[in-house]
Amino acid sequence: MISVNQLVGVSLVYVAFLFAIAFFAERASVRGRGAWLRSPLVYTLSLSIYCTAWTFYGAVGYAARSGMEFVTIYLGPSLVMIGWWWVLRKLVRIGRAQRATSVADLISARYGKSNLLAIVVTLMAVVGVTPYIALQLQSVTLSLSIFSGPEVSESLTISTAFWVAFGLALFTVLFGTRNLNANERHDGVVIAIAVEAVVKLIALLAVGIFVVWGIAGGIAPMMERIDASPIGEWSMDRSRWVALTALSAAAFLALPRMFQVLVVENEDERHLQIASWAFPVYLMLMSLFVVPIAVIGLDIMPAGSNPDLFVLTVPLAEGQGGLATLSFLGGFSSATSMVIVATLALSTMVSNHVVMPVWLSTQAEGAQVSGDVRNVVILARRASILVIIGFGYIYYRLSGGGSALAAIGLISFAGVAQFLPAMLGGIFWRGATRWGALAGLTVGFAVWIFCSLLPSFGPDAVLSAEVFDNGIAGLGWLRPQALFGIEGIDPTVHAVVWSLTLNIGAFLGVSLLTFPTPLERLQGAQFVNVFDHSTQARGWDAALATSEDLMIMAQRILGPNDALSLFREEAQRQGLTGHLPEPTQGFLQTLERELAGSVGSATAHAMISQLVGGTSVSVEDLMAVADESAQILEYSNRLEAKSAELSRTARQLREANAKLTALSVQKDAFLGQISHELRTPMTSIRSFSEILRDTDGLDQAEKTKYASIIHGETIRLTRLLDDLLDLSVLENGQVSLNLDSGSLRDLLEQAVLSAGGDRSTHLTVKYARADTGVVLTTDLDRLRQVFINLITNAQKYCDASKPELSIDVIDMGARVQVVFHDNGTPIAAEARALIFEKFARINDKDGSGAGLGLAICREIMTRLGGDITHEPRPDGNAFVVHLPAQAALAAQ
Amino acid sequence: MSDASGKTSLFLERRSYRRRRMMDALRLLPVVGVLLWILPVFWPSANDAAGAPPPVAMSGAVTYVFVVWAGLILSGMGLWLALADPNGRIHKDPVSERDP
Amino acid sequence: MGKHVLLVEDEINIIEAIQFLLSREGWQVDTHSDGATAVDTVRRMRPNLVVLDYMLPGKNGIDILTELRADPDFQNLPVLMLTARGQSRDRELAERAGVSRFMTKPFSNTEVMTAVRDLVQLAQ
Repeated sequence: MISVNQLVGVSLVYVAFLFAIAFFAERASVRGRGAWLRSPLVYTLSLSIYCTAWTFYGAVGYAARSGMEFVTIYLGPSLVMIGWWWVLRKLVRIGRAQRATSVADLISARYGKSNLLAIVVTLMAVVGVTPYIALQLQSVTLSLSIFSGPEVSESLTISTAFWVAFGLALFTVLFGTRNLNANERHDGVVIAIAVEAVVKLIALLAVGIFVVWGIAGGIAPMMERIDASPIGEWSMDRSRWVALTALSAAAFLALPRMFQVLVVENEDERHLQIASWAFPVYLMLMSLFVVPIAVIGLDIMPAGSNPDLFVLTVPLAEGQGGLATLSFLGGFSSATSMVIVATLALSTMVSNHVVMPVWLSTQAEGAQVSGDVRNVVILARRASILVIIGFGYIYYRLSGGGSALAAIGLISFAGVAQFLPAMLGGIFWRGATRWGALAGLTVGFAVWIFCSLLPSFGPDAVLSAEVFDNGIAGLGWLRPQALFGIEGIDPTVHAVVWSLTLNIGAFLGVSLLTFPTPLERLQGAQFVNVFDHSTQARGWDAALATSEDLMIMAQRILGPNDALSLFREEAQRQGLTGHLPEPTQGFLQTLERELAGSVGSATAHAMISQLVGGTSVSVEDLMAVADESAQILEYSNRLEAKSAELSRTARQLREANAKLTALSVQKDAFLGQISHELRTPMTSIRSFSEILRDTDGLDQAEKTKYASIIHGETIRLTRLLDDLLDLSVLENGQVSLNLDSGSLRDLLEQAVLSAGGDRSTHLTVKYARADTGVVLTTDLDRLRQVFINLITNAQKYCDASKPELSIDVIDMGARVQVVFHDNGTPIAAEARALIFEKFARINDKDGSGAGLGLAICREIMTRLGGDITHEPRPDGNAFVVHLPAQAALAAQ
Repeated sequence: MSDASGKTSLFLERRSYRRRRMMDALRLLPVVGVLLWILPVFWPSANDAAGAPPPVAMSGAVTYVFVVWAGLILSGMGLWLALADPNGRIHKDPVSERDP
Repeated sequence: MGKHVLLVEDEINIIEAIQFLLSREGWQVDTHSDGATAVDTVRRMRPNLVVLDYMLPGKNGIDILTELRADPDFQNLPVLMLTARGQSRDRELAERAGVSRFMTKPFSNTEVMTAVRDLVQLAQ
């Protein structure tokens, strides 16, 4: 027998493993290597949160009590998946197109982005799902108590439930609220869920295989034992068979946690196609051994033992401690994965639809000037997670883990199924209105509370026995299990049928009687016609918003980087330079959808309308939507798009033209400069050579003088051409670097020597701190060229009476700077900006330089990965050579 | 269904004809599932009044439900394989993209 | 007419060459190399001919010429402009500013001297 401590140890190791997996998945996804996290397999496995502890343990218990009826819970979802083409395809497409973050968000977005609806759905979801979370906590403590034996104390179970709730809250906060945008998806959570899906499947299969081949001795003997068992005959409440299949199908679509994994976490619509058959496989495998386990459990376990725990107790009774542990982990996985995703989905709803609108309305200045909204959203989401799990825990404590919990699975299903009419009506019927949805939801929910939730606590718990028997206030047609006096229906079927019927009736009736707002009509058209997106709902009066305001707001919600890239992309798409696009209607819609991914569509809509002032839905829009005159709209849309395109093209042309003109001016100036630099020495050469040729009677001194002028000018010309070629090669990036290592000190000394040292000129060169022994790995020849240039510049231009150049090496570890500091007149501030430009000559007295030296120096340093700057000093000029970082690093 | 293309050519190319019929099958599959799984409602049950035919054996019922299940899964998988192009996407058929 | 020429040029070797050529023909050559003060120098020296470089430190040849032509005293002063920029637009600008003769560097010595002689003849 395994001790409780061992089991707790195993669970803790397992939990640590899940944390690690989630952590590494998040890291891989952040580094962009998360493609495998988004495979169809992971998507399919993540859907398995449908199978909670209620199905893991409860299915066997269910089968032991009612035979095959348990399988209806799996048949409904299987049919929905196999029929993906009808509903799920559209739901996923709409969810992605509208960036819906939850069921509440989807419904609110469909019905004119109504926050009232969102709040109603959110509250219903919390009420419907909280008991379900309590059920999961109960299942973990109950299964643990199996191992601890009868001596288990009350405090142990309670503390177990507390620590499980605490751990789940921690996990969900850590991995569920890492990034704000619900559409950015939670890789860590999803991968952990997928792993848990595998664990629970393997656990159940292992127990089943053990039961069939280990105990019964094969398939044929098993079948015999099934037929011989108390559930060996087909006994079926026919209405329940149909109603429960339909109910589970409805719940599969409407459960907040299922919406989260099916739609929100969906990465690729193709995954849905694969999951359409792969997930039914999972469901089939999960239910394959349920009947055998139930039959063997009934057979070998003492009478009166809890059939809900056969999955654990049968292996234990057979002395299979390891198998029982695996089974425990399977149940644990089912419970935890459900709580994590359900909490995540609910917290998104609560923060987006309850906390954010309240918070926004308390901000007097409105969305655009309030602080960073992202922190508020994340905080709200984390707080919601804690509150929801806290609710679950409190519910568990209050209900005392009583038998009322056992029925809560189906009750919860019936509760969330109330969303379905508004959801499906919204995506298939354009006539559905906000008031219709609201009426359907409230009526359905009220009936559900009266007929399903309250009676589940038993007579005299919440509803008195008097009400059960005679109805509210003695009205016989208001009995919770016999509405309108129709008796004899199974209570569950009764609740499901009446709540959904009245829900649908109210939804249809009110929708037919009320008139939708313009925004509702537009959204309705977008939802219903999601597959032929010829018409775009036109929402915003674009002229009223300024891009700056929008930018500020977007930064607060999406974060500065995402907002900036969103705006810049749009600006590029519009053909503008800079990062602020024109606030066109199309852009406002994109922006609203982006924001909706973070804070929900109703809040996003409200925030934009604060900036823009209100929606503008023109008469034409309404006519197009109401009268189906889509062709007219499309035609005018096309014209509008064309004219927008034309004006965009014109703007692009203007910009291109301005750019070309600027380039041409630059090119003219450059050519003029080059021409001047070349022609000037050529003028002297030509003139003096003609003088030498044509003039008689020149004396020898004159001849020598003129010849040396010619000689000097040819040298100047050659140097100019060399420099130009050098610069052109450097600028075009054609230069190949010859990497070499050498000491900085040697390099400096060589440079001083090449520049003529202090012999040929009167410049005194001093070294300060040049003995650092820094060794460089870079193109030494090029670097030497830079040094020589700086030294000869100092020789030429330093106008002090006793010119001095001090060379200083500043070694800052990773970075090394070489400072060439002369004591000449500091370069005037206005000239400083130009000195590194081509042909810029400052204080050039003899005109011997072409003004390219420093330009070449800067190009070389850029190529080498460093830089060169000029710093004015009170007593002269300092040119600072910043050596490339890696060259200096190699020196360490 | 095929009126959209009927104006230009009466008969579709054989391949795209097959593809459309397979899309039809895909759409029909859940209906088949519902019909087959609703059948147990008509089986004789143990809680029927006396004199009714003997109830179906549980082993048979289990086998039936799971065989239907496997059949639906295999059909779904087969249609997916047949309709998916090498990239795994269901072929974009202008008609199939439209709502029913 | 007297033979007093003012050479406004900043390239030392070109000054040397033109000075050599003109003085051989009997001209008295004064030189000036700063654009900013060139107009004042012309006013002070009142030469018979100005040889003006286009690109000068301080103020370019076109501006100097425009300023000179605005003064009634110098409306008929012969001005020979030399440029090393070699762009056709420059000739246009110079002509609009009222240049007497426009030449592109490098020039041949005979060309320059012919131009000088022509200008002197025209002025007489």
